[in-house]
Amino acid sequence: MSVASDLLTNAREMCGKAGRHTFFTLRLLRFTPAAFKRFGLIWAQIYNTGALSLVIIMLSGLFVGMVLGLQGYDLLRRFGSTESLGVAVGLALIKELGPVVTALLFAGRAGTALTSEIGLMQATDQLAAMEMMAVDPVRRICAPRFIGGIIALPLLAAIFSMIGIYGAQLVGVALMGVDAGQFWSQMRAAMSTNDVVQGIVKSIVFGFACSSIAVYEGYHALPTAEGVGRATTRTVVNSSVAILILDYMLTAVLL
Amino acid sequence: MPISQATPASLNSATTARVQLIDVGYDIQGRTIFDGLNVTMERGKITAVMGPSGTGKTTLLRMIAGQIKPTRGRVLVDGIDIGTLDVDGLFALRRGMGMLFQNGALLTDLDVYENVAFPLREHTNLPESLIARIVLMKLHAVGLRGAARLMPAELSGGMARRVALARAIVMDPLLLIYDEPFAGLDPIGLGVVLRLIRDTNDSLALTSVVVSHDVDEIGLLADTAYILADGRVAASGKPADLRKDDAPIVRQFMGGIADGPVAFHYPAPNYDAQLLAQDVPI
Repeated sequence: MSVASDLLTNAREMCGKAGRHTFFTLRLLRFTPAAFKRFGLIWAQIYNTGALSLVIIMLSGLFVGMVLGLQGYDLLRRFGSTESLGVAVGLALIKELGPVVTALLFAGRAGTALTSEIGLMQATDQLAAMEMMAVDPVRRICAPRFIGGIIALPLLAAIFSMIGIYGAQLVGVALMGVDAGQFWSQMRAAMSTNDVVQGIVKSIVFGFACSSIAVYEGYHALPTAEGVGRATTRTVVNSSVAILILDYMLTAVLL
Repeated sequence: MPISQATPASLNSATTARVQLIDVGYDIQGRTIFDGLNVTMERGKITAVMGPSGTGKTTLLRMIAGQIKPTRGRVLVDGIDIGTLDVDGLFALRRGMGMLFQNGALLTDLDVYENVAFPLREHTNLPESLIARIVLMKLHAVGLRGAARLMPAELSGGMARRVALARAIVMDPLLLIYDEPFAGLDPIGLGVVLRLIRDTNDSLALTSVVVSHDVDEIGLLADTAYILADGRVAASGKPADLRKDDAPIVRQFMGGIADGPVAFHYPAPNYDAQLLAQDVPI
């Protein structure tokens, strides 16, 4: 009986949180058109979440691509079709690994930074001070960060995929001896615009999810050191789970 | 309440009381913070709100600012019941208020100049040259014109509070609220803040509300003081008169006596029984 009531309580809390999150996201969307009128604020957030994440994204992209090159070569060698390495790597990166891994890294690097920044602003009364100055913190602080994240993530995913393909080419062509012409020409021939659109759509949706979760958790963090820490952890966990669930749903719809 | 009635201009109306709390009650998480609180803050005066820790002084300030709403009773700012205002109405009212937070609450990613300019940039379309002049005037008034390009992390506690004061007055408010403005200041910083609060109030014809438990400083500064205890006003009047008040809680507070109506010990089980028990319960 108590297990059932605990489950019911947890379910009710989850529904409540989902409702609050939805309401908060609607508030963010309501402020989005106005936020574009002050693009400088969004630009600063694209720099913070995007440009400052470039090193980790490029490094990860390079090594993910190199691993794909090795694993793909080993697999394709068994079927005697190593010339298809370019297609396999390109499709895997652009449709799947680029958006997903970039979003996971984005949640860990930029999402946590957003949450802790907003949470600390809450803990040090900066958001309360803004309210006292008749400035809505959701409009001034949260909305530009939310939009900045949505813009930054697809750009980062594109860079990740590009570097990853070069990483795979480095291993497949330079080390394993796959023909460079076949590697590139088969990739170009087999990939369609639809494949690229799938990747772009996924990364935009992941950007939306990661940014809204990071901003929501920061804004609703308890104004204590422990509260901000827990909110930051929730950002990583919730974003990662959301990315993987959304990835399956989007793949099922877009295939 | 229509928004137009809550514009800053409404703070100019001719009634004597700028702020009134009428029979205010406030409960949170099963705990009663206020129970029948009545406070009047006269325009042009400095009103102090004092009381032991945990009596709801900061809650009172937040209530005046409309950040929390009373469970019962009414909070009137220039006759407007702020409990009836919507978000836009509240924000319109707040444009006529300034609030100084205990830690300054400066925006840490902006320098001193940008912090003071922040309300002007958010609420006006003034040209940059005019914003620069207004900001420099306000910074000069608090003695920090030369610190315009410092970041908040480079300021001492007293300097941060002075910058926050410059930011609070940059929109020329009519009601200025101070939350523990003397906490953690050295004697020089304390003297500076005391003088600034008095000068700002008198030169800009403001109404100031100061929450503090620094009895000596309030004695020097305030025109009227309220002591809160048990959710009500325990005593009110001129600070000098409060020292003569006979109420036990007032005597304990004004005299800084460790034990009294506000007990030294937090409620706990019997001391001997707790220590002598086999498994010491905590």
